[in-house]
Amino acid sequence: MGLANDQIETVADSRDKDTFLQGVKDCVPTLLGYLSIGFAAGVIERTAGLSIAEIALISLILYAGSAQFIAAGMMAASSSITTIIITIFFVNLRHLLLSAALAPYFRHLSPLRNMLVGSLLTDESFGVAINEAAKKNYISEKWMHGLNITAYLNWCAANIAGAFFGQWISNPETLGLDFALTAMFIGLLVLSMLSRKKMKRDVVVAIIAVVIAVGTSSMLSGSMGVIVATILASTIGMVIEKWK
Amino acid sequence: MEVRLDVFLMIVGAALVTFIPRVLPLMVLSRFQLPEWATRWLSYVPISVMAALVAQEIFKNGEKASLSINNVELLAAIPTFFIAIKTRSLLVTVLAGIIVVMVLRFLFPS
Repeated sequence: MGLANDQIETVADSRDKDTFLQGVKDCVPTLLGYLSIGFAAGVIERTAGLSIAEIALISLILYAGSAQFIAAGMMAASSSITTIIITIFFVNLRHLLLSAALAPYFRHLSPLRNMLVGSLLTDESFGVAINEAAKKNYISEKWMHGLNITAYLNWCAANIAGAFFGQWISNPETLGLDFALTAMFIGLLVLSMLSRKKMKRDVVVAIIAVVIAVGTSSMLSGSMGVIVATILASTIGMVIEKWK
Repeated sequence: MEVRLDVFLMIVGAALVTFIPRVLPLMVLSRFQLPEWATRWLSYVPISVMAALVAQEIFKNGEKASLSINNVELLAAIPTFFIAIKTRSLLVTVLAGIIVVMVLRFLFPS
C-alpha cells in the first residue's frame, strides 16, 4: 500500500484526465443493482409502515441498503430504536474495512475532502473503485465523486419510486417481497466469503454465528441475539486465525 | 406524509453509526494504523453479522423471534445460497430468492 502511495505522486498529471463524468459513466454497470434493490427497499419500507417523507429521509441521510432493510424489518417487528441502531452499527462496521482499504489512495487529500469521499461509500462503489485502483494504481478524487454521487441519486430515486409503488401492495408476503431482505443477506454473506481466501475458517465462523444467533434468540430478542452472535463469532474467528 | 419523532431519531442515529465507519479510516489512517488484531477482528464481522441475520430471518416466526422453523423460508434459502455462489450477483440472488419464495408460498399456502 506504501508503494501505491508513491505512485499516486508520479501519476498526478494523468489523474486529471479522470473526470467527474468518467466516474458517472463507470457507475453505469452497477445502476441496475441500485435501482432494483433500492426499489425493493422502498416497497419494504412502505409496507413496514414508513411514510413517503420518512423513506425519502432515510434514503437521503442513511443511504445504506442493508441498514434500511434492517430498519424496516425491525420496525415491522416493533423493535426498540436502540436495538435497531445497535444492529445497524454492527452491520455497517464492515464499512471500516472498505474505507481503510481506500485510505492509501486519498492520502494527499485533506481530512475534510476525505470525509466527502467516504460519506457516500457503499459496497458497490467500493467494488468499482478498488477495481479502478488495481488497474491504474491511483483513484482520481473527481472520478470518485462522479461514481459516488451517481450511485447516491439513483438509490434515492429508486427508494422513493418503491415507496410509491409499495402503497398499492396490500400483501407483500404473497409476492415474496419480505424474503428480499433474507436473500440480500445470503448474497452479501456469500459474496464476502468468496472475495476472501479463508473459506474454511469463514464457514466455521458463519456456522458459529448461526448457532449463537439461534441459541440466544430464544433468551434475548432476535436483534440482541444478532449482536451477541456477531461479537462472539468474530472474536472466535480472530482467535482461530491467531492460533492456527 | 409526516415524519414521526421516533422514526426521525432512529434514522439520525442509524445514519450516524453508518457515517462514522465510512469516513473515519479515510480521515485518520494517513495518521495512524489500526492495530493488527483489530483489523483481523473486523475482517470477520461482515461474515458473522450476515450469517447471524440470515439465521434470525429464517428461524424467526412472525412478529416474535422464536425457534419455530419457518419452513418455506428455510427451504427457499437453500437454492438462494446456490444461486449466490453460482452467479456472484447480489441482484440475481435477491430476485431469485423472491421468486422461489413466491412459488413455494403458492404451492404450500399456510
